[in-house]
Amino acid sequence: MAGSPVKKKTFQDLILTLQSFWASKGCLILQPYDDQMGAGTFHPATTLRALGPRPWRAAYVQPSRRPKDGRYGENPNRLQHYYQFQVIMKPAPADILDQYLESVRTIGLDPALHDIRFVEDDWESPTLGAWGLGWQVDCDGMEISQFTYFQQVGGIDCDPVSAEITYGLERLAMYVQNVEFVYDLAFNEDFRYGEVFHQAEQEFSAFNFEMADTEILFRHFSDAEKQCRELIGGNKKLVLPAYDQCIKASHVFNLLDARGVISVTERAAYIARVRTLAKACCEAWLATPMGDYKPRFG
Amino acid sequence: MADLLLELLSEEIPARMQAQAARDLERNVVGALSDRGLLFEGAKSFAGPRRLTLALSGLPPRQHDVSEERKGPRVDAPAKAIDGFLRSAGVTLEQCERRNDGKGEFYLAVIHRKGRATADVLAEVLPDCLAKLPWAKSMRWPQPTNTPVRWVRPLHSILCTLDGEVVPLAFAGVTSGNRTVGHRFLSRGKIEVRRFDDYAKKLRDGYVMLDGGERKDVILQEVKNRAFALGLELIDDPGLLEEVAGLAEWPVVLIGAIEDEYMEVPGEILQTAMRVHQKYFSLRNLKTGTLANRFAVVANMITADNGKTIVAGNERVLRARLSDAKFFWDQDRTQLERVERIESLAGEIAERIGADVKRAKQAARLCKADLTTGVVGEFPELQGVMGRFYALNDGEDAEVADAIRDHYKPQGPSDSLPHSKVSMAVALADKLQSLFMFFAIDEKPTGSGDPFALRRSALGALRIIIDNKLRLDIATLGGYQPGDLRDFLIDRLKVHLRDAGTRYDLIDAAAAVVRDCDFLRLVWRIEALQSFLKSDDGANLLTAYRRAVNIVKAEEKKDKTVYDGAPDPEALILAQEKTLFVELATASELIRAELARERFGQAMGVMAHLRKHVDAFFDNVTVNDKDPLLRKNRLLLLSRLRSTLHTVADFSKIEG
Repeated sequence: MAGSPVKKKTFQDLILTLQSFWASKGCLILQPYDDQMGAGTFHPATTLRALGPRPWRAAYVQPSRRPKDGRYGENPNRLQHYYQFQVIMKPAPADILDQYLESVRTIGLDPALHDIRFVEDDWESPTLGAWGLGWQVDCDGMEISQFTYFQQVGGIDCDPVSAEITYGLERLAMYVQNVEFVYDLAFNEDFRYGEVFHQAEQEFSAFNFEMADTEILFRHFSDAEKQCRELIGGNKKLVLPAYDQCIKASHVFNLLDARGVISVTERAAYIARVRTLAKACCEAWLATPMGDYKPRFG
Repeated sequence: MADLLLELLSEEIPARMQAQAARDLERNVVGALSDRGLLFEGAKSFAGPRRLTLALSGLPPRQHDVSEERKGPRVDAPAKAIDGFLRSAGVTLEQCERRNDGKGEFYLAVIHRKGRATADVLAEVLPDCLAKLPWAKSMRWPQPTNTPVRWVRPLHSILCTLDGEVVPLAFAGVTSGNRTVGHRFLSRGKIEVRRFDDYAKKLRDGYVMLDGGERKDVILQEVKNRAFALGLELIDDPGLLEEVAGLAEWPVVLIGAIEDEYMEVPGEILQTAMRVHQKYFSLRNLKTGTLANRFAVVANMITADNGKTIVAGNERVLRARLSDAKFFWDQDRTQLERVERIESLAGEIAERIGADVKRAKQAARLCKADLTTGVVGEFPELQGVMGRFYALNDGEDAEVADAIRDHYKPQGPSDSLPHSKVSMAVALADKLQSLFMFFAIDEKPTGSGDPFALRRSALGALRIIIDNKLRLDIATLGGYQPGDLRDFLIDRLKVHLRDAGTRYDLIDAAAAVVRDCDFLRLVWRIEALQSFLKSDDGANLLTAYRRAVNIVKAEEKKDKTVYDGAPDPEALILAQEKTLFVELATASELIRAELARERFGQAMGVMAHLRKHVDAFFDNVTVNDKDPLLRKNRLLLLSRLRSTLHTVADFSKIEG
């Protein structure tokens, strides 16, 4: 280990490496979805494509917004905006764990030097009505990925079952670069992560916790809910635009939650409202051509 | 004699399910084999992160041959019946014997069944044994078979040999063989095995300790040794030991350090952070007993640098986690309205139960202050505990701080109750506030759902009131209308008292005659009623009561009227009815007086005294007299007996 000649991977190297690795495994390399969302799972390339019989393989970076995790740029590893690298493979290949470990090796974490473990962590998204069984993957006690075999999305059984892998890119990069403070990450050879995002973390933390106008947010939530219902309620079902509204409602709820204006009772009720939208979108999706098309490959 | 070796290699099995899975596998296979007459000498089963293993020794090579005689129909039976018999027995008519049982001749089939080879039986029963493993949580995954199964995680290989030879079978689209693999990272290539001994040895060479018990022993011994060398000792944690032994095929104990700046954080936070999130063992100083700035972590890996990289990584993760906890330390948000309601209730309750009002109100004001702090958000099990720390830190009175910690008590049927009066007041205020508010907005628990744990709150409040003998009519607390809440609480009371053997119908009978929500007094009434009904007088009076009520009801129905009102003393002619009239009047006065003084036993005693007069009445007086005036008067007298007894309890609700 000492005096390893291998140059440490920059943050963007990491992304490029993962992209070309999963491209070589037959994944479509998609781009981030252009809506604010809490996790890569919300991307329609995962939520909707995990449903129905049609095979699917995709990988993409997704900026993830977690308003409550804002720390005004002071915490070494918590961010209200960070990047997830998401892989979805349907049906789950039999050697998917080996493929995953190969990806870990490719980005510079040598399993011979580290302690890599698969620790039970069943994933559930109450807002998406989704759940699956799997693990968090720990490297020396740090979670570097979440691995899930989807069982249900939108309350609907996934058949065939997909494997979903989510890498927390910043944490992974901190590990690979041996950096303790996220803002010290080398984004590329010339810029640090802090130069790109530190000011954003400060400003958005203040927005999320202090400034976001809750009256406007409550209104946005109701508007998104209403629009979503209208888009799938009538004869002409516009599933993808409706699902966009569901994503928006979910993010607005997360902001309201960060503002601390939602009580325990209301919280459960809001989650249920988003879930109702998500379920309706998922059900409508199955009735579209891409939802139940016969498989072309795989 | 033959030995069976069975190994199921899968993706990582949750630690908490491993030991049970090994037991279930053994039980299923042993059961299936003994059902088929295959007994054996010894069984061993093992479980680890990636494999379940079962070894049976001393199995017979095949089942015994068996002959079975089966009696068929008479020889002169219809052809259809004979055909059916032959088909079911699997023989031809020529193979049947004819026997005579004295009543006639019948067919007898002698079926010889050759014992099957043990391997064949195994191949047949094992897939079913595997399919029937009762996993706490199981999943589907893509399987190359038309009959997919649910299992804990995707299954990768099945090793199954009988005396070194592969037993061919298939399960979840996987066919059996004689190969497996060792440790995920420390072993390479396939391992070919014949029987258990070389299997266990080759796996050990491949860095797999099969036996969970051995893994635990190794971990425990290593942690103790490494700690002792540093002048420290392990803070015992059997649950954590069990868990980490299920996370490593080859456990390696490493020691890491906690940075000084985090040693200021309360020990509870440190321990919780290390245990829950990182699965580290906490250590303490041998001499002082204080939490040490070291932790023990169990890795599943041997590395060229003796774990240096792994320890550095774990220390870094812990630093990040504790730094987050520190950030939360100062963050705060208010739940002002809720807290104000709790505070005002706590003050009122404190006054009623004789607790220090000022302290109760102060504790109530602070009791939720830790909830929106991130420490508790991150480690919810520390709610209350953290509040106490913050309070002490701010120089609050110890009784106030304790009440903050204890106001969640009791958290379940087996949890202890708060012990100081101030804690009781705050704990009650918190629970009643939730109950009042949720019932006010109609968020009541349903048969299947109780998302706000209102049943637990109700039971907790009742236990605090009853076990501590608190006099508190919650219907009279500031501005709240109990409404449906009273019935809900009485239902909870039934559940609570059922464990003490109290009949629910007695609770209904006692609760029906009062309107208040003084549950301690209700319990007294129930207890008195229960012991009264156990006595001879009580049982007989109940019988007499029913007789009286039945008569009155039947006549009321017949006459389409209600007999309610004072009997006319002038119209009483027989001695027994005169006596009953007088006794009832006296009893009803006495009962009223005893109830007013809350002497329920005495009130029952007065009723007991009525028994002989009621019996005498029934023995000597005909209610349905020809004279309508006499009849009406006697019905009114019986109706009065009912209303008198109903001042104590509604006897019509008593069953049996």
